Amino acid sequence: MVTRERKHPVGAHYGLVDWLAQRVTAVVMILYTLLVLGAIAWHGGLDHAAWKALFAHQAFRVATFLCVAALLYHAWVGMRNISMDYVKPLALRLPLQAAIVAALVAYGGWTIGILWGQP
Amino acid sequence: MAAPTRPKPRPVYLNLLAIRMPVPAIASILHRLSGAVLFFVGVPAGLWALQASLGSADAYDAMRSCLAHPLAKLAALGLLWAYLHHLFAGLRHVLADVHVASELKPARQTAVLTIVAALAVTVIVGVRAW
Repeated sequence: MVTRERKHPVGAHYGLVDWLAQRVTAVVMILYTLLVLGAIAWHGGLDHAAWKALFAHQAFRVATFLCVAALLYHAWVGMRNISMDYVKPLALRLPLQAAIVAALVAYGGWTIGILWGQP
Repeated sequence: MAAPTRPKPRPVYLNLLAIRMPVPAIASILHRLSGAVLFFVGVPAGLWALQASLGSADAYDAMRSCLAHPLAKLAALGLLWAYLHHLFAGLRHVLADVHVASELKPARQTAVLTIVAALAVTVIVGVRAW
């Protein structure tokens, strides 16, 4: 008889995907950081008007949103790892992980509001 | 054949205040700590700053004057340090993934480099901001 290792609902996926995603999302955030630093250097420092003009470009808004989306996934993997290492009782860990997801979704909604909700 | 015996439970001694943490362990726990700080404080603070910076000239000026307070500057520098340490320590992890500087001696050296570089850039920016 083949016995399978019993899987517990700890929130891990026992796999490679999150490990890889952590690195891909980090690269996206690094590229965005370089993009912003490059834009600031290109203009020799950005005043309020130039900063707003930069975010008036739809492409820059999309790039910003991509960076934040990468950040949220990255933060989920990291915060889930922390919860798995330090919070052992499931009755505490699952609500904590739910709260983390709720915070991340809220951050995402806030970002969309900032980028596309401005008058 | 001898009956299988359970391995004796090995002693575990993880009193963090009593064991000596090697430098790579310090770089590693600071990576984790800085990540948690960025999640709880850095992201909401960054979004608040982005919102204010893209708002009206009044909202922009209000943010500037709020950030001019010494305590706010200190907090912003703390977040800058968290970002830099997390970035440098993350790059160090990726190098280790591809077996660069993963031997003990270079791993120690890059751990020191990570800690020092994040602090150094933070201090440089801090001096310029003051």
